[in-house]
Amino acid sequence: MTDAGDSARKPLGSKPSLFLERQSYRRRRMTDAARLLPFLGAALLVIPLLWPDETVESQAVPLSSAIFYIFACWGLLILVSLFFGLTARRLGRRESPEADAD
Amino acid sequence: MATLNVLILVCLGYVVLLFGVAFAADRMAAAGRGKWLRSPLIYTLSLSIYCTAWTFYGAVGNAARSGLEFVTIYLGPTLVMVSWWWGLRKLVRIGRSQRVTSIADLISSRYGKSNTLAVCVTILAVLGGTPYIALQLQSITLSFSIFAEADPSGLYREGSSVFWVAAGLAMFAILFGTRNLDANERHHGVVTAIALESVVKLFALLAVGIFVVWGVAGGIGPMMDRIDASEIGQWNVDAGRWTTFIFLSAAAFVCLPRMFQVMVVENDDEGHLRTAAWAFPLYLLLMSLFVVPIAVIGLDLMPEGSNPDLFVLTVPLSQGNDWLAMLSFIGGFSSATSMVIVTAMALSTMVSNHLVMPIWLNMQEGSGSVSGDVRNIVLLARRVSIAVIMALGYFYYSLSGGGTALASIGLVAFAGISQILPALVGGLFWRGATRTGALVGLSVGFVLWIYTLLLPGMGAAWMPETVLQNGPFGLGWLRPQALFGIEGIDPMVHTVMWSMSLNTIAFCVASLLSFPSPLERLQGAQFVNVFDHSAAPRGWTGSVAQSEDLMIMTQRILGAGPAQEFFQSEAEQQGGRSRLPEPTPGFLERLERELSGSVGAATAHAMIGQIVGGSSVSVEDLLAVADESAQMLEYSSQLEVKSAELSRTARQLREANTKLTQVSEQKDSFLSQVSHELRTPMTSIRAFSEIMRDTQGLSAEEQTRYAAIIHDEALRLTRLLDDLLDLSVLESGQVNLNMGDDSLRSVLDRAVSSALAGTDQQLSVRRSLISERIPLHTDLDRLGQVFINLISNAQKYCDAAEPVLTISAHDVGGQVVIDFTDNGSGIPPEAQSMVFEKFARVGVDKVGGAGLGLAICREIMQRLGGEISYLPGQGGAAFRISLPLAYRQAAQ
Repeated sequence: MTDAGDSARKPLGSKPSLFLERQSYRRRRMTDAARLLPFLGAALLVIPLLWPDETVESQAVPLSSAIFYIFACWGLLILVSLFFGLTARRLGRRESPEADAD
Repeated sequence: MATLNVLILVCLGYVVLLFGVAFAADRMAAAGRGKWLRSPLIYTLSLSIYCTAWTFYGAVGNAARSGLEFVTIYLGPTLVMVSWWWGLRKLVRIGRSQRVTSIADLISSRYGKSNTLAVCVTILAVLGGTPYIALQLQSITLSFSIFAEADPSGLYREGSSVFWVAAGLAMFAILFGTRNLDANERHHGVVTAIALESVVKLFALLAVGIFVVWGVAGGIGPMMDRIDASEIGQWNVDAGRWTTFIFLSAAAFVCLPRMFQVMVVENDDEGHLRTAAWAFPLYLLLMSLFVVPIAVIGLDLMPEGSNPDLFVLTVPLSQGNDWLAMLSFIGGFSSATSMVIVTAMALSTMVSNHLVMPIWLNMQEGSGSVSGDVRNIVLLARRVSIAVIMALGYFYYSLSGGGTALASIGLVAFAGISQILPALVGGLFWRGATRTGALVGLSVGFVLWIYTLLLPGMGAAWMPETVLQNGPFGLGWLRPQALFGIEGIDPMVHTVMWSMSLNTIAFCVASLLSFPSPLERLQGAQFVNVFDHSAAPRGWTGSVAQSEDLMIMTQRILGAGPAQEFFQSEAEQQGGRSRLPEPTPGFLERLERELSGSVGAATAHAMIGQIVGGSSVSVEDLLAVADESAQMLEYSSQLEVKSAELSRTARQLREANTKLTQVSEQKDSFLSQVSHELRTPMTSIRAFSEIMRDTQGLSAEEQTRYAAIIHDEALRLTRLLDDLLDLSVLESGQVNLNMGDDSLRSVLDRAVSSALAGTDQQLSVRRSLISERIPLHTDLDRLGQVFINLISNAQKYCDAAEPVLTISAHDVGGQVVIDFTDNGSGIPPEAQSMVFEKFARVGVDKVGGAGLGLAICREIMQRLGGEISYLPGQGGAAFRISLPLAYRQAAQ
């Protein structure tokens, strides 16, 4: 289904194929991770529901901590997504034929 | 100092700037310059029309009322963007490959280009979009009124200002949103203007936020303390609302017509998604970063009862920072205008393509050629739609009076538009999803949304209090806000939960129970497997005569120039000399897609259908698309058959060649054989006649002996020449047959007695006399000659100690079959194929014979309409003669 399989179909045996194989493997695992990211995000964002709210007067979480947590998660998601975006572009560029035949 | 006049001046100046930017961008794009217009950055910024005035003003209001809950509206889209690898990538790919013009077009296209579905989605979108537009107008008016309060001149009148705002926005949308007919062509002007507005609103909100945190509160630490000390200072979020709103905003982010417009229709490059996947969440994060501080400071500073929705404006104003307030006003203005413009554009495309065009087409009464300039009609329809939609928004605003909190209207719209989600997701990932399922699911969700959320929210005039309390007709379990008797749920959560779950269930069940049409199945396969084959299915067949009609129609939709260009390039591709291409399925498919970029898939399909005469999706097409591997299999099996045929022919040719070589060798050997055969008797005749001539005193006895030898040899020579003559007559086909009637038995009797007469060698012949009682009509003498030949052959060549020849006769399927089998060692296999050739003799020539006997036999049998063949594997030499049983006609 993804275009990650293209390089896997290139003939084996010649020397660069080792790199391509490995690279397409990386690319696929990277895709897997990218697919899992929203689930991680959803899980992180549901955690605050477990916190005690103001009905439990003594233990209520102050809003500043809540803000800190939410925005930290948010930032984390953005950073990971940025990392995936850059990696995907790098791998995608290297995958184009003869771009850098090392 | 911030008088209303200055404000209006700034507003107008800003609008002029937007016009200028849009105009310049359009010009640059038309001239092919301005690569940055298609950059991922512009794409990401254009996505931020998600943040409307509701976000700009309403988020702070929401935070002031219920703390961190506002953030859910941004977290949903963040999750969607982060999971672009799952869904958005596919959505964008489909949108580009199918030339989709709107969300309604996508749904209709997926479910067999059904216009009914498109109409449903359009109505839903208009119903959900109108209050949303009203909300934007309201926010602009509210922000005006804030400044008007401060303005002593008091010239401000609310009603007229809303009207002028609405009119101005409509004009902008018409000018830049309907410049080109093809909705798939990028509206660079609008998109660039929106990107600019995104920057402005982010900048404005950040400026207010920084002013509040560092200017008013005095830094991050003190700000955090003030937050914790405020009335919303503790984590207090309803779990149901939290999750529901995250889900709802995620769903709406994908389904909203304006989001679909910028995300899919205006997308230039799939790769932009990769950047937007992190950049857009970052934008959202920045937009919401200072919301809580502004809300907290607003609650602190502003007098009791002031509208928290306007804190973004009122807080800087109260601090005397008029320029910041002005900037913030421009930010809100930007949010409202960009949203309204894109929504109006998206909705007008939907209305004109799915409501106006089908009606107009129907009015054409299915005539083959389309009259009038469709181009103008579509454009006019789109422009009028924009005006009508803006007018609807304006009336909604004036009717509702604009009292409700901003956030609630936005959420109502979200819940409505999200009803598309099951049909959309199902259509993208499930090939079994059908048009019926989508229709049923959509209707169920739509009705529930109206019944449980829209009507109760619109007040007692629309939904009487008694119905809310006791349910319609006193049916308690149908109470709009407590369906099935489950009470105590937040109305929003209640609606989303019931409408989405029942919508999904209805969609799935109806899909499972119904059967899709061929076109639906084709489109389903195309959508779900878009990454496997982006090529279109073949759905049309046409005749040459229709090309001209198609040309006329296309000219009227695309304009003369582009249409002729398109047809010309198609004709060139087909390699024909004429200006009109053949209406091949491929060409019609491309034409339909080209047209659908202008008028939508369903309409384009219907228009081509009018001319070509209905879609012809055959079972073969379906099979071919559904299972391309079957085609491959068939092809390869055909190849296999062909190659087997070829190898068979090659074998036959090889055999023929061998035979030809043998025959040619035979001819050579025939000549040498003939001269040899003639020479042997001639030599002895000459020798003995010389002896008789030259030798004196031969005894009479000797003379008689020599003369006898000469006579014998002469006889042999004559016999040989007779045989050769006989053979040549037979071979040339000039033989006359004397047909007669007799039984097989008497012919055999005569042959056996004459073959065995005058020989001393013993050959016992075994016959079954009963089976020989077969009547024959044939040349009896010739047949007898064949029998004699076979019997004397057995006599000559059978090498058994006690030679026995068995003659058996059968009647096999209308043929008389006579087998001559001896008990000798038979003919070796390598010689079997040659025994019937001339001068073919087996083994050493020990017994005199010219080797013509069997060749003559074969010729005779062919003349008689039968055949003679050698039977291998009978224990000895075995020959089979077969004759037609009732051979009545003489061969000529």
